Amino acid sequence: MPNNKIMIPAILLFALLTVGSSAVFTVQETEKAILFRLGEIVDADFKPGFHFKTPFINNVKKFDARILTLDSRPERFLTSEKKNVIVDSFVKWRISDVSVYYTSVAGDERQANLRLNQIIKDAFRGEFSKRTIKELVSTDREQIREILLKKVNPVAADLGIEISDIRIKRIDLPDEVRHSVYSRMEAERARVARDFRSRGAEAAERIRADADRQREVILANAFRDAEATKGEGDAVATATYAKAYNANTEFFAFYRSLEAYKNTFSKAGGLLVLEPDSDFFSYFKSEKGK
Amino acid sequence: MSWNEPGEKNKDPWSGRDKQQGPPDLDEALKSFQEKISNIFGGKSGNGGDGGGNGIINKTPGSFGIGLLAGIGLLVWGLSGIYIIDEGNRGVILRFGKYIETTQPGPHWRLPAPIDELLIVNVEQQRFIEVGYRSGGGQGTSGSVPREALMLTRDENIVDVRLAVQYTIKDAKNFLFSLKDPSDTLKQAIESAQRAVVGQHAMDFLLTEGRSQVGAKIEKDIQTIMDSYQSGIRVTSVNLQDAQPPEQVQGAFEDAIKAREDEQRLKNEAETYSNEVIPKARGAAARLTQEAEGYKAKTVAEAEGNASRFSQLLTEYEKAPEVTRKRLYIDAMEIVLSNSEKVLVDVKNGNNLLYLPLDKLSGGSARQINPGARPVYITPTQDSTSQQKQPIRSSSREGRGR
Repeated sequence: MPNNKIMIPAILLFALLTVGSSAVFTVQETEKAILFRLGEIVDADFKPGFHFKTPFINNVKKFDARILTLDSRPERFLTSEKKNVIVDSFVKWRISDVSVYYTSVAGDERQANLRLNQIIKDAFRGEFSKRTIKELVSTDREQIREILLKKVNPVAADLGIEISDIRIKRIDLPDEVRHSVYSRMEAERARVARDFRSRGAEAAERIRADADRQREVILANAFRDAEATKGEGDAVATATYAKAYNANTEFFAFYRSLEAYKNTFSKAGGLLVLEPDSDFFSYFKSEKGK
Repeated sequence: MSWNEPGEKNKDPWSGRDKQQGPPDLDEALKSFQEKISNIFGGKSGNGGDGGGNGIINKTPGSFGIGLLAGIGLLVWGLSGIYIIDEGNRGVILRFGKYIETTQPGPHWRLPAPIDELLIVNVEQQRFIEVGYRSGGGQGTSGSVPREALMLTRDENIVDVRLAVQYTIKDAKNFLFSLKDPSDTLKQAIESAQRAVVGQHAMDFLLTEGRSQVGAKIEKDIQTIMDSYQSGIRVTSVNLQDAQPPEQVQGAFEDAIKAREDEQRLKNEAETYSNEVIPKARGAAARLTQEAEGYKAKTVAEAEGNASRFSQLLTEYEKAPEVTRKRLYIDAMEIVLSNSEKVLVDVKNGNNLLYLPLDKLSGGSARQINPGARPVYITPTQDSTSQQKQPIRSSSREGRGR
């Protein structure tokens, strides 16, 4: 029976492999493992690599050794001014004691997250109620993180969990408040806009007024100078006249009067009512003259 | 027969090759391995069909074949441990799940499959996360994600911030083993750092000069967070794509910007006015000055002229005063009277009231086409039978006449 010759070793080999494979297990770099003996935890401290166990009697459960995330849904909290804020946070945790983890939350990540969430929410609530929105948003994030880590880690240790980070992602205002923030922002912008425009008007008015002033000053100065110049002219003219006319005052009066008469009546259309007894008319009625 | 020939053939080249060339000829090794297998099975089935005749010949190559097979199998198995890491990648070797080493680009060898496991990580590829928006692969910036984009500033305003973060993997081992969800974690870290930094600044600062500063700060914070998780991620750039007021209030913000422009515009308009008015005033001033100069020159010249005329006349007058005086007088009166209408009233002859309808006379003159000298001579004696048919009532008004 050549078949048996092959079959028997093959079966043996198969059995060996089956038993052998259930006698070894590997732990990945990303894993932690617990070794049970008939349901009882024997060993929970395995380095990554190749390990042996007793087939059928021992069995192994593996858990994630990496940093895991609890990214819970945003929650409403009250601040110290009794304002509502919506806070979104996340928690980074890892399994620190795998046997405790297994016994407390049955090694279920979801259940662990649920428990953690409860703990952290309470801690958040406490911290938020002590602070104003302003502090939460701008200054106290880091402080809250540290306080929470200190507060929550001992509790988490009971779950076999080590929390490596708790961070606030978002601190937002509820929708209804957000709208009033928007209208406030709008009002503020309107104020700024008004301010700009008014400043513009102010500056414009200043510039215009300054221009007007300059115009007045320029014109007034020019007027002053012009009058002075004219005065000079008048003075020179007067001096000239005086000098000339002083030579014979009587004749000047006569001459100038005649000039004035001529100029006064130079335009046609005047009406003179005269007595014909002036010198001019001395020959008017008799050739002898008067 | 079918066996011997290939058997002989196989043997020689194999031993020869093994020494000379070593591992590389995997293909041929496989090929001959397959050949070998087919030969073995071929031999067996041949054996069964042919009966005992061939049995003796079969045995020797069979055991020899199994040994060879095992050797070749071992060899091939060993050779399958050869791997090449491409440029920009790192290989991470796990032995039964335990981390052994990280290998650089180039050819390497590890213990083959069930023992060692090879993970290849691209450490030079720039990876990309968008926060606050999704560019959606298409063209243009699209899809704002308000839940991520809107955040509170220090002065409790809301801004819309969009970040693009690029990162590479700086440590393949940490990247693989530290975090369960490295890229999600990065996103969470970005959101947290971004809001923390934005929350420290006032909105005006964020929207204007603070942009680059904020970007740098966010980058530093993200890196710190990621390093604290030993994530093996290096943030290479944080781009503040956009920091703007939320959509709902953008109108107001734009108006404020417009207002700033308006301010400038108003100023410019006023400057325009100023630029118009002042030069014009200067022009008017120059006119005044020039006119004054003109007046001065004119007055002086006239004075000089008049004075000169007078002086010369005076010289001649003094030579013959009486005649000149008379002449001047009569000349002047001539001119005066020839230009005017005249009414001669000889009041000495009577004391009757004299009525002169001056309005009519001047009115008549106004109607005159050629207003020349048109003497109206009225004698009071004739006044009852007026030749002019004008009612003239004379009155003794000597005082006035004189």
